[in-house]
Amino acid sequence: MIGKGILKGMMETARNLTGSFHDPERLTTVSYPEEKIPAKENARNFPFLVYDGDDWESGLRCVSCQICEKECPPQCIYIEKDTQKKADFLGKLQFQPKVFDIDVSVCMGCQICVEVCPFESIRMDRDFEYAKSDRFEGLLLHKEQLAKSNKYYHQIHPTEATETDAIRECKRQDHLAKERAKAEKLAQAKEAATKAQSKEPNKE
Amino acid sequence: MNSAQATPSSDRAQAGPMFESKTSDQAPSLDGTERMEVSMGPHHPSTHGVFRMDVELEGETVVKLKPVFGYLHRNHEKIAEGTSYLGSMPYTDRLDYFNSMTNNWAYALSVEKLAGIEVPERAEYIRVITAELSRLQNHVCLIGFLVQDMGALGTPLMYAFRERERILDLFESLTGARMMCNYMRFGGCRCDVTPAWLRQAHQVTEAFPRFLDEFEALLSENEVLLSRSQGVGALGQDLAIAAGVTGPMLRATGVNYDLRKADAYGIYNRFNFRVPLGSHGDVFDRYMIRILEMRESIAILRQAIRDIPDGDYVHPKAKLRGFKPPMGEAYGRIEAPKGELGFYLISDGSPKPYRFKVRPPSFINLTILEDMCLGQTVADAVIILGSVDIVLGEVDR
Repeated sequence: MIGKGILKGMMETARNLTGSFHDPERLTTVSYPEEKIPAKENARNFPFLVYDGDDWESGLRCVSCQICEKECPPQCIYIEKDTQKKADFLGKLQFQPKVFDIDVSVCMGCQICVEVCPFESIRMDRDFEYAKSDRFEGLLLHKEQLAKSNKYYHQIHPTEATETDAIRECKRQDHLAKERAKAEKLAQAKEAATKAQSKEPNKE
Repeated sequence: MNSAQATPSSDRAQAGPMFESKTSDQAPSLDGTERMEVSMGPHHPSTHGVFRMDVELEGETVVKLKPVFGYLHRNHEKIAEGTSYLGSMPYTDRLDYFNSMTNNWAYALSVEKLAGIEVPERAEYIRVITAELSRLQNHVCLIGFLVQDMGALGTPLMYAFRERERILDLFESLTGARMMCNYMRFGGCRCDVTPAWLRQAHQVTEAFPRFLDEFEALLSENEVLLSRSQGVGALGQDLAIAAGVTGPMLRATGVNYDLRKADAYGIYNRFNFRVPLGSHGDVFDRYMIRILEMRESIAILRQAIRDIPDGDYVHPKAKLRGFKPPMGEAYGRIEAPKGELGFYLISDGSPKPYRFKVRPPSFINLTILEDMCLGQTVADAVIILGSVDIVLGEVDR
């Protein structure tokens, strides 16, 4: 019978229509600006710079090694090194960025900068409401806009942030152990030197 | 095809208005009417992007058709020659933006061939799971678009997008992005799948057949769909093989050629699945092939999610920065949802590829559009184009 297939299809449509009133499986839309789907933990959009502590300038993890700048496929990162150094979380003197710009109108959110960063400094944000009336200056983010606290990082990517903290703690312990070993070696060398000195007169 | 007499080449170079009609210099046909040349596109909703068809019509019948593409050309291959091997990975997402997972896989496969990197077993399973999920969402969307071209305004497409959304949610919770996943790495994947994610993937896979049944009840027996698609745009086996058509397009003509079986790349020889084949090569067969392929994909997904072993998700010696494959060349190909997707790479030992060539399935499947459309009506040409399953990001690169 002609029309049977259409009727069968209409039954499906009717089932979906009625289902959309009570079954959340069938009505999956939300009315966006008022209502938002909670973000996924892994969601990524554009990069930001992590800082420790309360002051973003002194706590910035970036040491301006410029690896992300080189590896960025669309080359949206621009870094200028500062001549002044600052101490990092290990107490070592490191460079810091004088200028750190990311052009988010060029950035494609590929996360390669995050993967290549050896200092756990650049991470992905999940904020997506970036619309600006000025697309040139407005979308060129400077380091003061990019810097976000480690607390914020823990808020948006808890698992990843905890892992990062563990890595940094590991690095710190390694560094401390090395320092200790170095100090011990120094002490031993000193001891040996004093012994040699004290021995020297006996030789004569 | 020599269409120079029909259209001056200067007209061809500029994108005209949506429907540009003019009379051609050719002799009027037998019944005294003149042929009309219509330029469909590049901004025509039926062309799935910025694609133009120069159609010559006699009444409503297509007598000549020339696909014009390149409006979305963005130099993918040349850019890849100027960036590192890793830097090209996110660009491959943007080839066929429906299936970034399979694009990543094809590229990673060819680099792994080039550099001789082994992939851990768990990573192979993850790759199969993500690739089959993306095949599901590609096919379901394609059918949605195809029936929309036939005049089913929105309803099937919305149902298709609802299901696709569940798969995109999976991708987002795994990779962070819904479409531009950038997930595969040379020697594995970027991050590991969690047991919770696998459970979720299992749920989506188990829920999908019910949707497919509903979708088939909605469409497969619909008289309008049958009369619009059966016998339309038939493609012969010989022509399909000669033109290098691959994927569901080729299998709809009855040629048993699926790279998952023919090459058994990755670990596809471990799974028990069948390759659906058509017999007429018309639009309906292409529609049906996709429905059947989705059912087989579900079978593969079930096995892969069940069998996934523990282990590394990336080769422990694979490195991100300073990656330099030895001198040589490699061609890696996979069965992407649209057909054979291949990457041909030549390395001169430097961190950047010397040559980077993409073999895009939808571009090559599109080259025989005229042969399928001749003698059909304009409205059918739209459906035939829809059934080819093109993504202009991949056609134009």
